[in-house]
Amino acid sequence: MKLYWKLVLMQLKSQMQYKASFFMTAAGQFIVSFTAFLSVLFLFSRFHEVQGFSYSEVLICYSVILTAFSLTECFVRGFDVFPRLIRGGDLDRILVRPRSEVFQVLTSHIEFSRLGRLLQALAVLAYAIPTSGVVWSAERVAAVFLMLAGGVAVFSALFMLYAGLSFFTIEGLEFMNIFTDGSREFGMYPLSVYGEGVLKFYTYCIPIALFQYYPFLYLVGRSDDVRLIFLPLLGFLFLLPCYAFFRFGLRRYKSTGS
Amino acid sequence: MIELRHIRKSFRVAKRNAGFSEAVKALFRREYETVDALRDVSFTIRDGEMVGYIGPNGAGKSSTIKVMSGVLTPDGGECVINGRVPWKDRVAHVREIGVVFGQRSQLWWDVPVIDSFELIRDIYKVDGASYRRTLSHLTELLDLGEIVKTPARQLSLGQRMRCEIAASLLHNPKILFLDEPTIGLDAVSKLAVRDFIRALNRENGTTVILTTHDMQDVEALTERILLIGRGQILLDGSLDELKARSSPRRTLTVAYEGGTLPPLPGVTIAEDKPGRAVLTLDAAVCPVSEAIARISSKVNVKDFSAAGESVDELVASLYREFSI
Repeated sequence: MKLYWKLVLMQLKSQMQYKASFFMTAAGQFIVSFTAFLSVLFLFSRFHEVQGFSYSEVLICYSVILTAFSLTECFVRGFDVFPRLIRGGDLDRILVRPRSEVFQVLTSHIEFSRLGRLLQALAVLAYAIPTSGVVWSAERVAAVFLMLAGGVAVFSALFMLYAGLSFFTIEGLEFMNIFTDGSREFGMYPLSVYGEGVLKFYTYCIPIALFQYYPFLYLVGRSDDVRLIFLPLLGFLFLLPCYAFFRFGLRRYKSTGS
Repeated sequence: MIELRHIRKSFRVAKRNAGFSEAVKALFRREYETVDALRDVSFTIRDGEMVGYIGPNGAGKSSTIKVMSGVLTPDGGECVINGRVPWKDRVAHVREIGVVFGQRSQLWWDVPVIDSFELIRDIYKVDGASYRRTLSHLTELLDLGEIVKTPARQLSLGQRMRCEIAASLLHNPKILFLDEPTIGLDAVSKLAVRDFIRALNRENGTTVILTTHDMQDVEALTERILLIGRGQILLDGSLDELKARSSPRRTLTVAYEGGTLPPLPGVTIAEDKPGRAVLTLDAAVCPVSEAIARISSKVNVKDFSAAGESVDELVASLYREFSI
């Protein structure tokens, strides 16, 4: 763990070498996700509610998924840019060092400029929490944290799956963005608004709903079943097949010339 | 102890011809070609040996190094290094090896080299005392004094390579793999790197496996040579054995005055300008000493030089011999 912080610090030092670039990227990230926020805002200025969910309730959904996603993008970036590690030969270097591959991939890229997006997500969360009309209790506070943790787990698993795929093909990986960026965009609203099919897909195939929709129902008082807040933990199970697939790809790693 | 037996590895590469229409076609139907990078590679290297691993581009040198360092999992065959299978017991294995990929850096690009060294110390869990000892030793031998305070991206190639080599030795590995360590270096840096590798092998008994295209590296460093071509070991022996296989042709350059050169058996005159001639002779028919004696009896020899085949030519002729 100590080594982790040292490596994180090293990343920070390196990125701070290019200050202008760092702050501009961070600001850019802030603005980009701000437009998503505006779209929610405009929608609600006309419709006031979606499937009975109020504006600030949706904002909770939106900020939870955005926080989870930006945390993942910041700290699990190594898997997100994995094709670069393969092409640049950095993976070779990782493999000749006596630490686990996952640890080294995680510490190879930490994208601090994504903190811009995180900042915005947290600001929206800070706004939504008092205005949502949720009656806060220990269970509900726990629900928010579990949602965030589950979200980071599921997005990390998706990044890992993406990394595993890049052992087999470098091209055509863009379709994976449907699942990562797509999930983030879909997840801005409670998943039931898209209909039964989408909800099922995001429950059983890519378990976004486990940390976004079901505990959210308890959070806003649509369900009294307190067990729902533990569903995000099931999201951690999604890491297993994705990690297994990553290992499978690693065994078939080809490396690049000389 | 390094033992490789019948190691095989093949890659599937997408293939298409040049041109836009071919590129579009490749979008829908792609043709693959299987390239056997390693067909059947077997050899044994004892502790403390220094081995030059040579072969033309694409012969499988880097692939072999990557199999031995646990980066690649071969399709078949056995590889046991110090009692471990590299790809099965990767973490324990790599703790005992050092790898320098000549064309890739292991240093963090934007920070002073010494910061990278300290991180590497932590990654390998080297204890403080032995780290300081190794570092001061390396600093002295590789003359790193001031340059470790510079960010890696500002170093010259020669300085960087010295730092790379130091970085891969901080954990005192038993085996050092050097993949083209002198590529692109100037003469001074090359000599410094060679001297260091020789000293390392002599003093610490480190096993060194070196791939290179620079035949002077081979001549200066290695007693044993492995020649690989088309994924197979073609030759395994000492440089002298290699030389013995080469043709007994010598090139003789003579500067002389007065008279004309006598015709000699086994000698052809490649070039004869007034006062200076280049002869090629077959030492089996006419030894160099005899040729000189007979020439100097006819003309007044001012200067002469005799050269055997250079190692470069030797290897080129070996490549031709095995048609690789």
